[in-house]
Amino acid sequence: MIHLTIDGIAVEVEEGTTILNAARKYGIEIPTLCYLEGILPDGSCRLCVVEVVSRGRAKIDTACTLRCSEGDEVFTMSEKVVESRRNSLDLLLSDHRLHCFSCEANGDCKLQDYCVEYGVEKTSYKNMEVRECEIDDTNKFFSYDPSICILCHRCVNTCNEIVGRGSIGTMNRGFQSIIGAPGGKKWIDSTCESCGNCVQACPTGALSMKRRKKYRAFQADKKVRTTCPHCATGCQMDLIVKDNKIVDCVGADGPSNHGLLCVKGRSGSFDFVDHKDRIRHPLIKNKETGEFEQATWDEALDLVASKFTEIKNNYGGEALAGFACSRSTNEDIYMLQKMVRTAFHSNNTDNCARV
Amino acid sequence: MTNTIYDITRESDVIMLVGSNPEHAHPVIGMQVRQAVARGAKLIVVDPRDIDLASKATVHLKLKPGTNVAFANGMMNIFIEEDLIDHKFIEERTENFEAMKEMVKDYTPEKVAQICNIDPEELRKAARLYATADKAPIMYCLGVTEHHTGTEGVMSLSNMAMMVGKIGRPGCGVNPIRGQNNVQGACDMGASPNQFSGYQNIDKPGVLEKFEKAWGVELNPNIGTKATDCFPKMLTGEIKGLFIFGEDPVRTDPNTHHVIECLKAVDFFVIDELFMTETAKYADVILPGRSYAEKEGTFSNTERRVQRVRKAVEIAGDTKPDTWIFTEIMNRMGYPQPHLTPAEIMDEIASVTPSFAGISHARLDSEEVNGQGLQWPCTSKDHPGTPIMHVGKFARGLGYFRPAAYVPSMEQPDDEYPLIMMTGRILEHYNACAMTGRTEEINEIAGSSFIEINKADADKLGIENGEMVQITSRRGTIQARAEVAYKTNPGQCWMPFNFLEGNPNWLCSDALDSISRTPEYKVCAIKVEKL
Amino acid sequence: MRLDNVEALAKCREQARASIDAYTCRILVCSGNGCMASGAQKIYDELSRLTEGLNQVSVEMQKDVPHIGTLKTGCQGLCEYGPLVRVEPYDYQYVKVQVEDCAELVEETVKNGRPVERLFHRDGDAVYEHPMDIPFLSKQTRIVLENCGNIDAESIDEYIAAGGFSAFAKAITEMTCEEVVEEIDKSGLRGRGGGGFPAGTKWKQVLRQKEKERYVVCNGDEGDPGAFMDGSVMEGDPYKLIEGMMIAGYAVAAENGYIYVRAEYPLSVKRLKHAIAQCEEYGLLGDNILGTGINFHLHINRGAGAFVCGEGSALTASIEGNRGMPRVKPPRTVEQGLWAKPTVLNNVETYANVPKIILQGADWFRTIGTEGSPGTKTFSITGAIANTGLIEVPMGSTLREIIYDIGGGLKNGATFKGVQIGGPSGGCLVEEHLDQPLDFDSVKKFNAIMGSGGLVVMDDNTCMVEVARFFMGFTQRESCGKCGPCRIGTKRMLEILEKIVAGNGEMEDLDTLEETAKFIRERSLCGLGKSAPLPVISTLKTFRDEYIEHIVDKKCRAHVCKAMQAYVIDPEKCKGCTKCARNCPVSAISGNKKEAHTIDTTKCIKCGTCLENCSFGAIYVQ
Repeated sequence: MIHLTIDGIAVEVEEGTTILNAARKYGIEIPTLCYLEGILPDGSCRLCVVEVVSRGRAKIDTACTLRCSEGDEVFTMSEKVVESRRNSLDLLLSDHRLHCFSCEANGDCKLQDYCVEYGVEKTSYKNMEVRECEIDDTNKFFSYDPSICILCHRCVNTCNEIVGRGSIGTMNRGFQSIIGAPGGKKWIDSTCESCGNCVQACPTGALSMKRRKKYRAFQADKKVRTTCPHCATGCQMDLIVKDNKIVDCVGADGPSNHGLLCVKGRSGSFDFVDHKDRIRHPLIKNKETGEFEQATWDEALDLVASKFTEIKNNYGGEALAGFACSRSTNEDIYMLQKMVRTAFHSNNTDNCARV
Repeated sequence: MTNTIYDITRESDVIMLVGSNPEHAHPVIGMQVRQAVARGAKLIVVDPRDIDLASKATVHLKLKPGTNVAFANGMMNIFIEEDLIDHKFIEERTENFEAMKEMVKDYTPEKVAQICNIDPEELRKAARLYATADKAPIMYCLGVTEHHTGTEGVMSLSNMAMMVGKIGRPGCGVNPIRGQNNVQGACDMGASPNQFSGYQNIDKPGVLEKFEKAWGVELNPNIGTKATDCFPKMLTGEIKGLFIFGEDPVRTDPNTHHVIECLKAVDFFVIDELFMTETAKYADVILPGRSYAEKEGTFSNTERRVQRVRKAVEIAGDTKPDTWIFTEIMNRMGYPQPHLTPAEIMDEIASVTPSFAGISHARLDSEEVNGQGLQWPCTSKDHPGTPIMHVGKFARGLGYFRPAAYVPSMEQPDDEYPLIMMTGRILEHYNACAMTGRTEEINEIAGSSFIEINKADADKLGIENGEMVQITSRRGTIQARAEVAYKTNPGQCWMPFNFLEGNPNWLCSDALDSISRTPEYKVCAIKVEKL
Repeated sequence: MRLDNVEALAKCREQARASIDAYTCRILVCSGNGCMASGAQKIYDELSRLTEGLNQVSVEMQKDVPHIGTLKTGCQGLCEYGPLVRVEPYDYQYVKVQVEDCAELVEETVKNGRPVERLFHRDGDAVYEHPMDIPFLSKQTRIVLENCGNIDAESIDEYIAAGGFSAFAKAITEMTCEEVVEEIDKSGLRGRGGGGFPAGTKWKQVLRQKEKERYVVCNGDEGDPGAFMDGSVMEGDPYKLIEGMMIAGYAVAAENGYIYVRAEYPLSVKRLKHAIAQCEEYGLLGDNILGTGINFHLHINRGAGAFVCGEGSALTASIEGNRGMPRVKPPRTVEQGLWAKPTVLNNVETYANVPKIILQGADWFRTIGTEGSPGTKTFSITGAIANTGLIEVPMGSTLREIIYDIGGGLKNGATFKGVQIGGPSGGCLVEEHLDQPLDFDSVKKFNAIMGSGGLVVMDDNTCMVEVARFFMGFTQRESCGKCGPCRIGTKRMLEILEKIVAGNGEMEDLDTLEETAKFIRERSLCGLGKSAPLPVISTLKTFRDEYIEHIVDKKCRAHVCKAMQAYVIDPEKCKGCTKCARNCPVSAISGNKKEAHTIDTTKCIKCGTCLENCSFGAIYVQ
């Protein structure tokens, strides 16, 4: 174990731990824009710099790369550190189209948060050029606006290192660098699977789900942590609810998905909930017309109970069967099989595991 | 799964993927497999198709559909022949090894290669890679189970894992990647004709009595009929009343014509549904239930992990929670069932199911669990759950080798139907699209059915990439767009079953697995014709 | 022919020597860039034609050398005086040879062994018959370049005849891996690519790694404008590089090596490919080398023209097929380099030093150069200098020796202003540094870097602000775009420099420039980013008055910055011929016939047409 102090707090960590992780372990916040847990640090945002006095020598370097060594004294908010962060933000802001009011990420933007925190309201550079490149909105679910992209590469690293798809990378050189698909292809023509994990990783509004146009993060009424209803991976996700409607879905850090979602989970798991095609009232088929007619619950349930009871009485419970849905909850399924076994007096119950 | 997604993707040296295309069917698991390969894990892909992961594989055995058992026996033949087996594990933890040895004796690599249409050297390479790895999981999916010898296929994979001692340890195990979100839960909860919740057999002494006591009612002691066997009984009149909860067999079961006839034959058919599905159209009564976002509850994922489902919204109209519907029917049919909340229902489940004894909503929501869910068996309130099964000891005591001989698929291609068709899922949609099909953008990127056909076959038939073709089996005819490439071997085709138009289930064979009664979706003889 | 053991190699050497000795005469035509440009190909063709049928005469140069591109095959060094032809065994060095001279050359020298005196190099009264008489060459110490210009770059036999592969043979037969590493470490050889990191330390660290799969990588991505040292080695003596890498491979137990060659060096790729193929044929590369059981395979990767790929982690990323972008360290390349395996990464010149160190020993190597930086350094001198070309001098040589003794002083006797060292990442050395010995450590003290060894000499016609702008434009364009300081910071600096040279600078711009430069210097992710502002920092320090002149007086003393120029008509000289006024595209000149004209500076676009048209020298630039 290595012992050091961070802002005067005694810290004990395993050898090889970075200062950033050591600080996080002890609840000390160090700002980051590019850091992604679990992969080699990108190190491009330069925001996580800290001052370290190590063996009597002071230096400033990025906390995401520096490893703790015995006896280090780390200062996360020294004057020099704050100055360096302000400089970094100043430069980033000098190449960032400022249209926060109309930006989908307004109120949900780490660049905005840090600029407020460090008092960088506008850039100190004058008459500077801001990259003006075409917005790529060819993907069905999200769009990319280079003029507000800060090139933190969280999207690229997510796609390459975490999702393992490798559909996007940094294109062009120098000041003209942007994120995009290799070969100058549009997003839609790339190998992108539209999982949207890159969008979730974006700290600004550069990559933004198109549905975000309909709401701002701070307008959401609640976030509901739940389990994805599609495959059996069991991804955890948050449904964003506004005015009793689900307006969005984002990945949560669950044990099997670690924050990731696929295209179905992120974009195909809530439109159906309140879809116009939903059946909203009990329906009984008119035997003569063959058409369904709206009924009350009592009418419908009484009809079901009487018909099934009649069959049970005449032919025995084994003439009845009830199948459960492998898409529904454990509690629903348990009650369904209980219904079949108790009320139907039958063991003809099954689920769609076989099909 | 015997293990967790985390340990088999983070700790393994070799991953063997059999009949599983996680990048499409379980994308987030697929992402983690890709990460594993990037980390340096070697990949063995056993699949008749060039799934994307095959390009990252050290060995890809592009075997003939329906030959999994032969493949596994061949692997074990090599394990024994080259002495790659784990003697200590076999000795201490298993039984019936000698019978197994006898069974696989004849499955020489050369013979197996011939059955599977693969290179014997590649099979040897795969066997050595898997057997000599320190940690290597087998991951499998419906490519193993959806055959009439599916059960034997699964057993063969277990045999393989036991023979080289790759079970009961992190980064190992035999791991079925279950299909639907709560198919694990559906089995756990006792929606089975022969078992109550937690796999308690009806015919095991004391079990029936236990549930009669718990539920306060006399129960039917006869083992019920499996769903796939129920359909023929509808035609014969043995089954007259049917209640379906949220399934769409018209879309998802094989041999669609047959399914429709069965549903039409039933006297009274009730369905609890969200949408007017193809199946719902045949119902006498439709009861509007609720989706996952409108109710509390739990799902059990493929890792046996019980996780919470929480209510987000209520929609306009007069829908009811499904448990309310079932409770009402029970009461109206004379069984007095009090209305319980989902949390109370889980408490009842825990009280009658030993493997769920420690699970409750309160605990799942607690700081102790911290959003990580609980993996059954979780036998008491202070039991932490079981991430890895069979550690130190198998559930049944000693691991039993169950020798299985290779039996060819029921339906073989012939002059009239010269091609084999397999079916599967695509990335963008879930099953019958009841849910994903309501998202417009998803339909825009994946809107219609297609059939993958090898270039050689397409050339013979004069079929160009992208043109509509007619596909016919002994059971029906459909149309779909041809995707001409080399993804499948010559003589083989593949279709997704997600779409209403061009759904291959009109064609599929309803031959069933002799034990699990799962249909043979993966092998069906067809012919493809130019339109 | 496969050499199955070390003895076979020795025997092969004897045979190769014998066959070379059999020639009565060898004509070596330089095919370096400069010589090709001045018509070396024609000379080669002509000499070949004339000597056809002559017994035991060989004319050597690669026939299919492309005429365009950077190529220095066997560069003989005196690029200013091409085409160069040397005739052996007489060791006559002919310069500026023309096609018409060939007949006489063959008749006199080849057939009769007599010199053609008018083709010798002259400097004033001095006539130089032999290359080593010429100060440009005689003042050099050639280790890395020893074979360049002396052997046929496509003949492994000639390399073997010149003692090639004996260092490798010695290493594998007489030394353990550890001993090889130890010898390199003791020699004090420092990486010639820029930073000067001790090669031995790197090798040691790789040898120490637990991971057994290791790689040896050569950085041949010589990206600095004006630098062509590594290209010259790859084209002129590819075998030496290969042998150096083979020794490195043996030393760190790597079985695979990669040479990353700059996109603009197609000839290097061709020569290396040819050389590797020959080595494989001889059993010197591949499996079971010289029957010892040692395996070593060499692969060539071509760069995509990105300056940043000279940075180690960007280079390995590029070899892996990814975008060449530097990554943060740790882990360092020696821990996780190519394919995340331990990797020795050195540049061409570093590896080319290795064979001789192994052969002659670390102690010998340390007799050359300085205490902290033993050995020699190659430089390419370009710019305002009399003799441009490729040189190799001991570390610790002074700039004065390089520029005046070897380089022959400034072109046209102009006044020395400074020399840009280390390329766009480097800095500027001036008058006061002329007598300082140059090595890795001293150069760093002068706010510059040794870099790969590009020296661009500048005279007083050079505007230092414009030089800074030029280099900043280069680094900005070539920035990989990863970190903010380099990507945006260099852009902001460039914008300010452009503003200053356009005559719109303000004094506070200098503060912003300095602050931004400091920030980039301290906070950039990689070494290239960190050194990007060096040209500005060093010119701001040494030539601050020029910046101030541009800002305050709106004046460029070197008359380079167009915005600062004013075209003026001298009323004394103007005859009023109206030619200037008639030719001015923007009608900025007015005046009556036979009276002095004037230029309206607000209209003038500084195109210079008037100056060109004035027959009386009355128009000048202020």
